[in-house]
Formats: sequence, structure tokens, C-alpha cells
Amino acid sequence: MENFPFLAVITLSPIVTAAIILLMPSERDENAKMLALGTMILGLVLSAWVYFSYLGNLPPSEALWSEKLRFVEEVPWIESINFGWIAGVDGMSATLVFLTSLVGLGGTLISWGITDRAREFYAFFMLLVAGVHGVFIAVDALMLFFFYELAVLPMYVMIVIWGWKERREYAAMKLTLYLLIGSFVAIIGFLVLYFQMDQYVAERTFDLRVWAEIDFETGLQITWFPPIFLGFIVLAGMFPFHNWSPDGHVAAPTAVSMIHAGVLMKLGAYAAMRMGVQMLPEGTVFWMPFMIILTTINVVYGALIAMRQRDMKYMIGYSSVSHMGLVAMGFATMTLNGFVGAGIQMVSHGIMTALFFTIVGVIYDRAHTRSLDDLSGMLKPLPWAGVAFIISCLVSMGMPGLSGFIAEFPIFMGIWEGNALNFAANGGPYTAFGLNPASFYRVVALLSVLGIVLTAAYLLRAITSVFFGDYDEHAWHDMAPSKPIDRFVMVLFIVCMVAIGMFPQVIAPIVESGMEPIIVRVNEAMVTTSNMPAGGFAQDAVDTIARVLGGS
Amino acid sequence: MATSYLAIVPELILIVLAAIVLVYGRHPKGEVKRNVGLLTAWGALLALVVTFGMWWLGVPGSQPTEIWGGMFKNDLVTLVFRTMFIAAVMITAMLTVDVKRLQHGEYYALMLLATVGFNLMAAAGDVIMLYLALETASISFYILAAFATEDRRSPEAGIKYFVYGAFASAVMLYGLSFLYGLTGETNIQSLATAIARSGLSENPIIILAAILVIAGFGFKVSAVPFHFWSLDVYEGAPTNTTTLLSTASKAAGFSVFLRLFMAGTFGTPNQQNWFTVIVIMAILSLILGNFGAFWQTNIKRLLAYSGIGQAGYLLIALAAYSPEGAGSILFYLYMYMFTNIAAFGVVILVTNMTGSDEISDLNGLSRRNPWLAIVMLFALLSLSGIPPAAGFFGKFFIFRAAIDAGQWQLALFGIVMAFIALYYYFNVIKAIYLFRGEDETPLPVSRVAGFALALCTLGIIWLGVLPGPVFDWTLQAAQAYFTG
Repeated sequence: MENFPFLAVITLSPIVTAAIILLMPSERDENAKMLALGTMILGLVLSAWVYFSYLGNLPPSEALWSEKLRFVEEVPWIESINFGWIAGVDGMSATLVFLTSLVGLGGTLISWGITDRAREFYAFFMLLVAGVHGVFIAVDALMLFFFYELAVLPMYVMIVIWGWKERREYAAMKLTLYLLIGSFVAIIGFLVLYFQMDQYVAERTFDLRVWAEIDFETGLQITWFPPIFLGFIVLAGMFPFHNWSPDGHVAAPTAVSMIHAGVLMKLGAYAAMRMGVQMLPEGTVFWMPFMIILTTINVVYGALIAMRQRDMKYMIGYSSVSHMGLVAMGFATMTLNGFVGAGIQMVSHGIMTALFFTIVGVIYDRAHTRSLDDLSGMLKPLPWAGVAFIISCLVSMGMPGLSGFIAEFPIFMGIWEGNALNFAANGGPYTAFGLNPASFYRVVALLSVLGIVLTAAYLLRAITSVFFGDYDEHAWHDMAPSKPIDRFVMVLFIVCMVAIGMFPQVIAPIVESGMEPIIVRVNEAMVTTSNMPAGGFAQDAVDTIARVLGGS
Repeated sequence: MATSYLAIVPELILIVLAAIVLVYGRHPKGEVKRNVGLLTAWGALLALVVTFGMWWLGVPGSQPTEIWGGMFKNDLVTLVFRTMFIAAVMITAMLTVDVKRLQHGEYYALMLLATVGFNLMAAAGDVIMLYLALETASISFYILAAFATEDRRSPEAGIKYFVYGAFASAVMLYGLSFLYGLTGETNIQSLATAIARSGLSENPIIILAAILVIAGFGFKVSAVPFHFWSLDVYEGAPTNTTTLLSTASKAAGFSVFLRLFMAGTFGTPNQQNWFTVIVIMAILSLILGNFGAFWQTNIKRLLAYSGIGQAGYLLIALAAYSPEGAGSILFYLYMYMFTNIAAFGVVILVTNMTGSDEISDLNGLSRRNPWLAIVMLFALLSLSGIPPAAGFFGKFFIFRAAIDAGQWQLALFGIVMAFIALYYYFNVIKAIYLFRGEDETPLPVSRVAGFALALCTLGIIWLGVLPGPVFDWTLQAAQAYFTG
């Protein structure tokens, strides 16, 4: 079992399945479904193996990132530019691979009833899952970008073909443009880093293990951190680039909404963390005190907008924006607690939102409306969906004993700790606009707790309005009970959320192990930059830009 | 003696094939008309296999040689371009098989003769040879563009192409005559040495000559400001002609450009001002090509503008003036060949059924024939440079070469333009997948055309997923330009 290419099989088997499905004759939709299901189950089994074997044998916490990678596969891809298939997982990516497989299986099951061009649906869905897996396992910058694009494109086709008729064209185009602009901006950033590499190592390479050891010069880091971080975080719905996300959620078919909110948004946060925070720690230290303002707006504003929504899918879409803001906020704390919280929040939010969209899909299939005003008393015909909805609302509000609490609590702890950082050794903090975290991180913590209160408000209101109240037997006389397959998916997700909430030791250590190397780099950067004179960054940035434009 | 004939076996095969096709096309029975195209395709396949086979087996003459006093240079570059051109003509012939109005022996014979011209252009080691080859190809194409006489636009396209083309080659010949007047040489290598030795590279006459020659080739590759012909000709000519014109003809233009300029005939960028002309042409082509495509409703016109934009990317790599730049041009041309033939191939098949070539004719294509839709999807992804299609690495290699040569600004500009181009490529994807067509009857595709498109799509995916071997090959070939 030592040399079995787990990650390659997990990532590439959906692509092979997609090719086989497309080659099948069109009347064999049933076989296509079964094949897709088989692939997803295989992927889930393998990624569970990867996850638990990593969890059972965690590397020592002081190890370098390159030593923490497991299941490493290296195959040269284009040797002349040092680009290879380098796959490997650390604690964070092993967790996210597992999450992707889980949500992928859920998505496959939930769209079991699809009839319009089912073959193509499953083929594109498989490609989407493969793209997401590919990003999480990539230890090569170009490979990461390659799979990132592979994940974005099927979204477009799937929303356009199977989405909600009224909005799909607009939403799909908006989503694609936002995400492609983001990734183009990001790739410019990391191509610049690639071409600057010969100053630090003998040979340029895309191998992130090499990148992670390099200390790029401060000016370079500060100049290129915003394009890379913001370029990717667009996909995580960060304010002010969040606008595509609720539209995309609403227009997408249920399974795609699940993958979209469940794992695709994590793709943005993950890539921003890997390429931005980890590779450019000094840029992180410089910009994060500014970014935390954006994330605060994200959390509070997202929740306020969600409060105004009358459409369940829009409400959950904006609540996703608000919750993903917490992930970015976790990164912005620059403390281990904050990072671990962000990591767990990705998983918790992934499962929770996937469940939300499952339930909305179940309701919409039967009631043909998602409006909070029209729905009432749904607990009676759909008790499973109702209970599941209430549980995921509790997760969303951060109820202790469920996964949301395990995720959000460390984040708030991290922000509160934020004032322990010493930025001001030389007369002023070396950060964007001279912001000093010590002065305002506690305010941020208080404001974002307000976001949680707002979350509770709109979710409880939605529960009251949709599931309780009068049930109109006459209007909903043809309401069918939920299908066993839907119930299975709901139970699966609930079990995961309760398991994380009750036994955080199944996830916290592995995420922490993945975040440690990053926090080590960030701490080093903090020490380095604390010796720099305030305001010196401007000169650094100008020098770097001048050199880059002058063609060095 | 035998060596010199062995060196041109692929061209000889094509010429013989052209003769056979001409005769066979006069066959009195009507039902064999389809076979003319099949014969051409099989013959081109034979030429392709022979070309590779002779290189593989190391037959004398197929290895790097110069024959006829340096007129004809057979090196790795020649091999790269030869296989590209012959593959292009083969796939185009397969796509032409079922187009009724083009089922004439003459059409295929002219395509083959044009290919001979392209091959000789890529192999020319002498400006006389170069000019003759260029004219062989161009004259064949004037007729090919005008071939569909029942459509008024086609003869118009032919005449336009002829007038512009004749003028451009006259300008270029004028430029070349300066070179001969200054040095008394026609061999490209000797020209370069003579100019370097006598210190002529500072001479204003050389700069004038360079600009005249650039104008001539700018016409061939449809770069701004020499692009005016391409829009009307692409639109008016039979789509099959356009297919070959936009791929092989553009590639041949670049092959000559590379041969002439990379040898240092006009000096190197460090010494010369004419170099700025190429940078300006690249920028203008990118701007005009990408913004011009925004408002097009005709798919052929849209692809013509996109072709101008793509020429801009190639000019960026040319401006890098390095072996990596030349290698990335060869790679780009290879992937562009597959990509553009795939895109035009779908247009050919749709036009053949509907009789018109507006973008709105592609509406609902995914419901009429999902396979054609997938082919077009991959072609458009490749044109816009999104992985996993080949265009991504094509552009990546070009930007890499430009940055290595210190041309950050150009590369950055190219990336921005690649993004802008997404808009109009996605509009076509939208028409295919989203809009419903008025007529949604299934669109049948003959087996041979389907096979041709499958070949192109596999080529796009292959170069997009595993570009390594081909890129190494083209990089190695590009060294030949610099070592002489």
C-alpha cells in the first residue's frame, strides 16, 4: 500500500469517468449515474483512508512543511520549465480532500432524479469534483492553477444548462467573469514570483516546497501579496468581490450549489492561504491588518443582507458570504488559533451549507417556491428536512456541541489574542496605512460577534416562517414526502457535523498540523518586519515596481 | 544527386498527388466526386508518414542538409513545419469531402500545390527560393479564395486577396532587392554574414529594407496595420479555404519571418530600430484583434479578428528574439493549427447544412449535435488560453520567452488582452450551449469529418495536457535558426 498513488486516483478517476460517461450512448443514463456513484464512493473510501492514516500518525509539530507532506507523488510534466505533477497532502489539504469527496457523493445522490441530459450533467459534475480535488492536492503552483481553472469552467456550463431559468444566463456569466478575472490577476502575481526566482535559487521551479523555503524580498512580497491573495479570495466571496456568489448559488442546480458553496468557495480560501499567506508571509503581515477590515464588513454586511432576503437560496447565499468572511478573518488574525479556526470553519461551513442547499432543493422540488412568504408549516409534510434544517441552523449560529462552535470559537480567540503581536518596535507598525492591530482587533472581535447574533436572528425567523406556522393542506395537497436517498444525504451530513462538534479531536489536531508551518513563517516575518522603519515599505514597493518595469 | 531528391520527397509526393487528383477529378461518373477528397486525405497521410518515417530511419537527405547551393535547407525546423502543413491539408481535405460545391479535382490540387509552396517557404535558405515559394502558395490561394463562384462574395474575396497580395509581395521583393544591391548575395546565411562583416547594419537602407520586408510578411500573417484584407477574405472565401488560410498560411508567414530575421539578416534588436516596428505591430494587433471581435455577428469574421489577435501574441514572442521565443512560436503555431481547424471545421459543417455563417446559426448547437458543441468548446477554450486546452501553454511559453528577454510590459499587456478576449469567445459558447435555435433538428456529421474533428480535439487536449515532448522538440528545432 506504500506506493499506491492515492491522490492521483482520487483526482483523476472522476476525469476518466467523465470521459467514459460522454462516450456512452445517450439512452444509458442509468449506467452513467451508477458509474458516477461508483467513482464517488471509491473517492470517498480512498480519501477517508488518506485522512485517517494522516490523523493516526501526525508528523511532529516543528517539522518543515515539505516534511509534513504525505502521499507525495512526483512525475515530471514539462521538464524544460520545471513543472511537474507534484501531489501531496498536509493536514489541511487531507481534510479538504475528504470534505470534497463527501460533498461530491452527496451531490451525486441528491441529483439522482435529474432527467434533462443526465449523462452530460454527471460528466461535468465529475470534472468539477476532479478540479477541486486537484487544487487541494497540488504542491506545484502551475498545477494548482491548472486545476483551479478546470474547476471553474464546468460551473459555467452546469449553471447555464441546468440552472434556474430566470437568472442562469446572467449569473453564470457573472460568476465566470469574476472568477476568471480573479485567477488571471493571481496568475500574473505568481508568474512574477516565478520569474524572480533565479535570484534565490539556482533554477526556477513551480515546486511549492521550494517556494515555501524562499524569503522573497520584502518589497516584492508587499507588492504582489494583494493580487495573489485577493485574486484567489474572490472565489471565497470576500467583500467587495462577493457579489457573484449569491447569484451563482441561486441560479445553480441543487448539486452544483452544494459543491459551489460546500467546497468551491473553500478552493478560493485555500488557494489564497497556500499561495498568498504561506508563500508571502511578509506581505501577509503587512496587509492583513487592512484586510481584517474587509473581512469584518464581510461578516456583518453579509448577515445584514441575508436578513433582508425573502428567497431561501439568496438568504443562504448571503449567509455563506458572511461565514466565509470568518475564514478570511481567521487568516487575518495571524495567530495559530485563528488559522485552526479558519481551517475547521472551512469544513464545518462546507458540510453545513451543502446540507442547507440539499434541504432547499428538497423543498423547491415539491413546493416550486423558495419564498419565505409563501412557505409555511413545512415540518408536517417534510419532517426530515425540517429537523435537518434546524440542526444546520444551530451549526450556523455556533451552538456548542456542533461543528460551528468548534470552528468559530478559535477564530474569536485568535482575534482577541491579536493584540499580543508586537508590531511597533521602531516607532510605528510596518503595516499598510500604519494600522496597528493592537489598537483595533478587539473592536473587530466585538463587531463580528454581532454578525453571529444577526445570523441567529435571520435563521430563526426562517425556521419559524417556513417550518412552523399553519400548514395549508389544500394548497400543498400534492406534497410528496422526502425520498429515502435525500434523507440518507441529510443524515450523513448531520452525523459529520455532530461528530466534529462532540469529538473535536477528530479534526482539530490534523488541521493544526497543517497550519503550523504557515504560522511559523508568519511569525518569522513578523520578527523581520518589526525591525523595519515605519513607512519604509513605500520605498521598497516603488523600488520593486521600478525594477520589474525596467526589465531588471 | 540522389540525396537532393531524397530531401524533397514529401514535396514530390504532394506534386504527384496533385496531378493524380486533377486527372481523377475529371472522372465522368458523378458519384466518385466524394472520393477525390478522400484520395487527397489518404495521399497527404502517406506524405506525412513518409516525412516522419524518413526522419526516423535517418535516410540520407532527410537529415540536416543544404541542397542546391543552400537554396533548400532541410533541418529540424523544416520537419516541424512540413508535418504541420501536411497535417493541416490532410485534415482540411477530410473536412471538405462532403462540401458539394468544392468537390472538384482542381480545388484539392490547388490546396496541395499551396502546401508545396508552404513547405518550400519553411525550408528556403535563399531569398529567391523564398520568394518563389511564397508566390506558389499565394497564387494557389487567390484561386482557392475565389473558388465558390456561385456565391458573389467568394470571387470578391479572391480579387481582394489578389490585389492586396500582389502589392504586398511587390513591396517585399523591393525590400529584398535592396539587400541584393548592398551585398550581392541572395543566400540568407551569406547575407547575414556579409552585412555583419561590412558593418552595414547601421545603414539606413537596411532599415528601409527591413521595414519593407516586414510589411510583406505582416500581410501574410495578417498583423495590424496590414490586416485589412483578412476580414473580407476570411468571410467571403469558402470556409475550407479560410481554414487553411488562417492556419497553414499564417504559419508559413512566420516560418519565413523567423528564417530571415533570426539569422540576423537585418541585424539584432540591440543594434536596430526596426525592431520597435514589431513591438508596435504586436500591440496594435492585440488591441484591434481583440476589440474588433466584440461586435461581430458573423462567426468567420469573429475568427478573423481573433486571428489578428493571435498574430499579436506570436509577434510578442518574435520580439523576444531568442531561441525560446522562436521555439514557443513553433509550439504556438502547432497548437493553433489544431485549434483553428477545429473551430473552422465546426463552422464548415454547420454552414454546409444551414447555408449561412452567422453566430446565431450556432444557437442550440449543443442540442443539435453535442459532439460538435464539445469540439467547438475545446477550440474556443484553447483560443482563449484556458487549461486544459492547448492554448494555455501556448500563451504561457510565449509570455515566458518575452519575460526572459526583458519584455515584462509586453507580456503583461498580452495577459490583459487574453482576458479581454474571454468575452467574445464566451459569447460563442453561450450561443452554443444556452440559446435555443429556431431549427433544432439533429445535425448529421459524416464519419470522415467526425474523424477529422476528433483528431483536432485530441491534438488540443494532448498539447494542453502533455505539452512537454512537443515543446522540447520545437525548442530544439528553433536552435537551428540561431546556429545557422
